[in-house]
Amino acid sequence: MTETTKKGLSRRTLLKGSASLAGLAAGSGAITGFPYVQSAETKVLRYLGTAVNEGDDISRQCLKDTGIKIEYITATTDDVTNRVMTQPNSFDVLDTEYFSLKKIVPSGNILALDAKKIKEFDNITPVFTKGETPGGKKIGGQGTAPWKVLYLEGKDSKKFATSATEFVTLIPTVYNADTLGIRPDLIKRPISSWSELLNPEFKGKASILNIPSIGIMDAAMVVEATGKYKYADKGNMTKDEIDLTMKVMTEAKKAGQFRAFWKDFNESVNLMASGETVIQSMWSPAVTKVRSMGIACTFQPLKEGYRSWASGFCVSKGVSGAKLDWTYEFVNWFLSGYAGAYLNRQGYYSAVLSTAKAHMEPYEWAYWMEGKPAEKDIKAPDGSLLEKAGSVRDGGSYEDRMGAVACWNAVMDENDYMVRKWNEFIAA
Amino acid sequence: MSEEVLQQASPGLIPGSGTARAAKPTRLSPSCVSWLQAGPMMLVFLAFFLIPLVFVVIVSFWDYNEYQLLPAFSGRGYTDTFEGCIAQLPDLCTIGKTYLKTLKLCFLVWAITLFIGFWVAYFLAFHVRSRTWQMGLSLLCTIPFWTSNVIRMIAWIPLLGRNGLVNSGLMKTGLVNQPLEWLLFSEFSVVLALVHLFTFFMVVPIFNSMIRIDKSLIEAAYDAGATGFQTLANVIIPLAKPGIVIGSIFVITIVMGDFITIGVMGGQQIAAAGKIIETRVNALQFPAAAANAVILLAITFLIITMMSRIVDIKKEL
Repeated sequence: MTETTKKGLSRRTLLKGSASLAGLAAGSGAITGFPYVQSAETKVLRYLGTAVNEGDDISRQCLKDTGIKIEYITATTDDVTNRVMTQPNSFDVLDTEYFSLKKIVPSGNILALDAKKIKEFDNITPVFTKGETPGGKKIGGQGTAPWKVLYLEGKDSKKFATSATEFVTLIPTVYNADTLGIRPDLIKRPISSWSELLNPEFKGKASILNIPSIGIMDAAMVVEATGKYKYADKGNMTKDEIDLTMKVMTEAKKAGQFRAFWKDFNESVNLMASGETVIQSMWSPAVTKVRSMGIACTFQPLKEGYRSWASGFCVSKGVSGAKLDWTYEFVNWFLSGYAGAYLNRQGYYSAVLSTAKAHMEPYEWAYWMEGKPAEKDIKAPDGSLLEKAGSVRDGGSYEDRMGAVACWNAVMDENDYMVRKWNEFIAA
Repeated sequence: MSEEVLQQASPGLIPGSGTARAAKPTRLSPSCVSWLQAGPMMLVFLAFFLIPLVFVVIVSFWDYNEYQLLPAFSGRGYTDTFEGCIAQLPDLCTIGKTYLKTLKLCFLVWAITLFIGFWVAYFLAFHVRSRTWQMGLSLLCTIPFWTSNVIRMIAWIPLLGRNGLVNSGLMKTGLVNQPLEWLLFSEFSVVLALVHLFTFFMVVPIFNSMIRIDKSLIEAAYDAGATGFQTLANVIIPLAKPGIVIGSIFVITIVMGDFITIGVMGGQQIAAAGKIIETRVNALQFPAAAANAVILLAITFLIITMMSRIVDIKKEL
């Protein structure tokens, strides 16, 4: 950049129109020492995360309620982690998944939040704090389950605490239970097990995702479902277990089981909508998207349970002073109901159920959270029709779904080995 | 660049400043002018290519853990990459398989784009008489670039898919009973998409070489009794060689590093050298990614060196 500046181009021209660099410029502002010049007028927080929690409606409402202006910096899960490692000053609030913490926390680039300053902290669903549903169902803890990485030993600690402390790594915001998506119109029979993914009946019509850390979890669910092997922890395999899992997958691949793998939301929607695949790993909103195109698609509950994920907020270590206060204000606002209801209406779950409930109509709550047939038409947050009156949510109530979680998205101790094996699988 | 320099470099370029200025004594020596002309590009090249490249090589010899780079000398990036290559013999290891596949795709795309590109350029250079038409038609070749890469690739799905246009057409005419699965998410579709994307990079340099061929040479060959094929083999192809080599370098370097097109069109099931690098970067294993990048660079460089052995581009230009 110095080279370019010498030639007479101003920083301003360089940065104009480049959203990703805008974050950088603001970040370097924080380093040079005059970050709060405008704090009297506008409170701005740079928000780095995946698109799940990000919505114009949320940022607009937040500005209205708190006067905090949110600047979204959107990236994929991998890129978010990447950015925390390499440019920790380029954001203020971090929205990331719990499994990334195993990489992020040891890097020392984030600030633990003080649980005492989070108003609704005690109302956060026991899914996160105790590993059970509000109804008392025990939740599977394989993989990087949130309660294993929720607390730190001390303010500046890089170690996860085994019991509750006041220093929280990530304040939970949103989570869901993932399973396979199917095309009921093309399969024409009930599907009830993960093992169907490798059923030769669907040869050339199945798919999983080509994101190694998640793909291998789905593969492990399949291997266990076929009865070939029982893992001690699917989210933390030994080298032998990785070899075994990849061997099963490689054999299936060589036999032509898979039509394609997918890497992002749209690819998965295209595969399913075009009928290239009839059964595949899928995310809940992608299923909704296929359905909104008028094509039958089910987010199929399976008897072995769900693979779950969860994300939340933490703060860059570069944030301090007034800005830190706004951050708490923002997190408190986020948990106060509007955002939670917004996420619930998309089929995700909010971390604080009571406040979200207060912001939803009783019939919406009954459909989304209690698994009851819809009394009225169910609308998406943007007002478009999602489900007609009378339909029931896939997988039933919150209790049924979250209570049936078998494992959580994870980063394994043998992650490096796993990635190499995954490359081998793709090359096979 | 100041007017002064422009004036030095090509007198008369700045309108209205011709005679009055030319009379002034020269203040900059010619070599200084050359440096000034080449300087900006050199600086850009240095800052955005050479220096990062040096970093890539350095980092490729670092160690790493889950969340950071460890700046200590280590060959781990390389040893991990070639893991099992000797133990698995005679079977190929991951990296071997990946490069074999990448080279195969690269060769197919190169051969097809060269064949198509050559004839398109030939048509443009020798059959189209008017300059306007030549320009107009070569602009037509840029049509594939009018939409984004992603849209172009996604557009293949409704065309080549199981329920796509081609398959339903074939089924209706009764040519096949079952949809052809290999049309999409296969090596065929990868090569098809790459050819569609990159033929243009062959057409332009070859066309450029061909229009500079002195037409009287072809007439002379004709007068001397050469057949059409002899003229092509002994006059046109040798004279179009620089264009062929430049086009080939474009296509080969792009295809060797490509992982997006191969990923999307191959249904993420076909390994590519670039894909390994991407997976490593996503897993925050930068030294391993850098090591793979160095290997890819070395192989690509080797291919290009071999090609420039065949034709001395510097001399031909």
